[in-house]
Amino acid sequence: MAETSASRPPSDLGAALPVVGKSDTKPTWCPGCGDFGVVAAVEMALKRLKIPSHNVVIVSGIGCSSNLPHFLSSYGFHGIHGRALPVAEGIRWANHGLTVIGTGGDGDGFGIGAGHFVHAMRRNVDLTYVTMDNQIYGLTTGQASPTSTLGQRTKSTPGGVIENPIDPIALALASGATYVARGFSGDVKQLADLVANGISHHGFAFVDVFSPCVTYNKINTFDFFRQRLYKLESAGHDPSDLTRAWQRALEWGDKIPVGLFYRTEKPTYEDLEEVLAAGPLALQTAGLRGKGSLLDEFV
Amino acid sequence: MGDIAVRFGGEAGDGIASIGESIARGFSRMGLHVFGFNAYQSVIRGGHVWFQARAAVDRVHSPGDGADILYALHKETVDIHAPSLRPGGTVVYDPEKFPVDASALPAGVHALAVPTLELARKYTTQSILQNAVGAGASAFLAGIPLELFQKVLADSFGRKAGEIVDWNLGASADGYHYAEQHASVNAHALPKAGAPKLLMTGNQAIALGAAAAGLKFLAQYPMTPASTIMHWLAAHSTELGVVVKQAEDELAAINMAIGASFGGVRSMTATSGGGFSLMVEALGMAGMTETPLVVVDSQRSGPSTGLPTKTEQGDLNLLLGAGQGEFPRAILAPANPAEAYRAMLDAFRLAEEWQTPVLVASDLHLSENHMTVDRDEIDLEVDVPSLFTVAPNGHGYLRYQYTESGVSPRAVPGQPGLQFVAGSDEHDERGHLISDVRAGVPHWVSERQRMMDKRMKKLHGLSAASPPPVLEGPADAPLTFVTWGSTVGAVRDARAELTARGRPTNLLYFPTVYPLDANAVTAAFARTHRTLLVEMNYSGQFGRLLRAETGITPTDRFLKYDGEPFLPHEIVARALEVM
Repeated sequence: MAETSASRPPSDLGAALPVVGKSDTKPTWCPGCGDFGVVAAVEMALKRLKIPSHNVVIVSGIGCSSNLPHFLSSYGFHGIHGRALPVAEGIRWANHGLTVIGTGGDGDGFGIGAGHFVHAMRRNVDLTYVTMDNQIYGLTTGQASPTSTLGQRTKSTPGGVIENPIDPIALALASGATYVARGFSGDVKQLADLVANGISHHGFAFVDVFSPCVTYNKINTFDFFRQRLYKLESAGHDPSDLTRAWQRALEWGDKIPVGLFYRTEKPTYEDLEEVLAAGPLALQTAGLRGKGSLLDEFV
Repeated sequence: MGDIAVRFGGEAGDGIASIGESIARGFSRMGLHVFGFNAYQSVIRGGHVWFQARAAVDRVHSPGDGADILYALHKETVDIHAPSLRPGGTVVYDPEKFPVDASALPAGVHALAVPTLELARKYTTQSILQNAVGAGASAFLAGIPLELFQKVLADSFGRKAGEIVDWNLGASADGYHYAEQHASVNAHALPKAGAPKLLMTGNQAIALGAAAAGLKFLAQYPMTPASTIMHWLAAHSTELGVVVKQAEDELAAINMAIGASFGGVRSMTATSGGGFSLMVEALGMAGMTETPLVVVDSQRSGPSTGLPTKTEQGDLNLLLGAGQGEFPRAILAPANPAEAYRAMLDAFRLAEEWQTPVLVASDLHLSENHMTVDRDEIDLEVDVPSLFTVAPNGHGYLRYQYTESGVSPRAVPGQPGLQFVAGSDEHDERGHLISDVRAGVPHWVSERQRMMDKRMKKLHGLSAASPPPVLEGPADAPLTFVTWGSTVGAVRDARAELTARGRPTNLLYFPTVYPLDANAVTAAFARTHRTLLVEMNYSGQFGRLLRAETGITPTDRFLKYDGEPFLPHEIVARALEVM
């Protein structure tokens, strides 16, 4: 392990240092849970990009999937329900030298945290947000989620869900996300590509992942998706075409697309925040020493 | 007390606050101490608003009890405020707008008719310029030299040059000379007293103190009366190198601030009680993850939306109890801008040393009103230590290591070899969750208890490191005022009045509201006789805290919750009742 002096700031000692791998904590998910595929894909993506583990922060909220930061060897922040994105944004703005990845479930991101989801995208903060969308509340033992299917019977909706589900892809397009993708935890290779490209993308990258709950969602199973999913890239979809991305986003039923819906380049929040032009905030000087002239305005 | 007070009243949108501030700044540039009191409502136009600038050679701690000069922009101002004028006072008004019946004014109060609109029409048809005429006349009556007053006005326009500045200077001089020809300077007027003083609001002092303490990131959602903290920092953002983020709501604001602190910068958020209520869950997360955080709650009258533009000290119970479960916190309560500046230095120091949230309780009265500060009370030369203080020891880094003080070494993302996960779930020394599969297993039951003990014992250190209670005045006075926060100001002015009447008292107040050092507080009370609790809420929230922590109950109480700050004469009257 590399030595560092006590006062040494984060630096790009970089490539020689260990990249992200598994931590010594074993996942606590149910056997067969879709989230195993997601953590594997995130690990593969980070390894491929050779980002040292000390320069990665994985942030989550609360829910089964939000335990993910514990299972990798990077820095992590496992916060409270629905607030992963504001914490992740704060970390990015404190040190935009870091690679920041938000993770969580559909309840966390599209239910209690929906407001933050929309605002983080319109800001185009340069972070990657991976949602493990199982269309059910798992950790609380099986209530309807914002993406549960109309009519689905759950513990909280014994007569069937009577609200229309949120379409996270359409919501992301409407909110101005600059990288909008959907993966499937049954296809780790494609998912790792989508996550790696999302991390490399300059701007907010959203990757919604069909990540089946094998315990509480008997509708949206691995088989359900295997029978319906098709790859956008195989269908010749042009991810620079917003109009076509909208059409693909609305596809649901017998054929459901996965892959990259939309990608565009826009200035990020960090690009436009003047204070950050001087480098990561955490490495800038702080305090008002020598700035006595500030008091003149109060005379 | 040798003071002079100038009051301006009119409708919202009349520009009362800006001309009021110009008089206040006229006084402060004369080297006088000033309290600038701004009374307004939650409307942008209409309603009755007023501003009072009260000045004296010694520190002015409150709006005071009366006025000497009243410039009335509408008739209701005369009806409402003329009874507050002291003998020798003057009502300035424009007879073109409304008449004033001089015989109906209090004894010894004069009416001075000034043709403000007519004089302003020399320059423009825009009626707003009448203010400059009226302010000029008021400045004459208040004994503010014309040249000094005009400099204040010119400076208030900043670098904007042109006819608007010229009109204002011309119109204010016309008003000044008109008053000079038709009236004499008020008998309470004061001469220059020395070098100009700084004049700032509590919120400006809070923002300045935060920046001096090393603030690099503020996330905030607009809410009166906390918004001007964000305004000042946003206006100085690039100059100071502070990122100011207006968040989508208070939930985001506090979570962003916690993220930024975890990410390696000093951060804070500020709000009022309604927004603070939304922050409660995340506050506990800062406590649980041991992430330093400063939160300013500028209180206003509650409950719920309450009186958005009126003051109260009604959030103390909320600040004490915010968050499920238990975690260490400190609550600081500065009394005035000079103390608010220092309280922010303390807040950041404590949050960082003890890795836990520190709350600063301001209120509308402190946050939005202007007070003078001496330059030497604001020391900007504050050391801001590096946050990169931990080195890998080769044995595996323990973010939540058990220590004597309860404080563990804190790494910052980006530091190689120190990766950890900060968890809002209960966790062990490494940050690994106890909650998932280990809760209830015998070994981990005791781990949970150890980790709680580790966090909670920081409270002892916080208590010792926080500013202690302050006793002002003679030690053996027959009456001791017991108070906190901005209410200290009116009590200080009341004490001065009582002393002048041969009734000495003293004052015990609490820059740190929590944790209270029970031994120090008990010792302080041991020498008191009658004690009068003064605070701005219905139930005496600080009194309850005091009783809970020390068993002490003040002998008498004076509580107020009408939205208006305590005035010295009210406190004097109550003190004389109980003495």
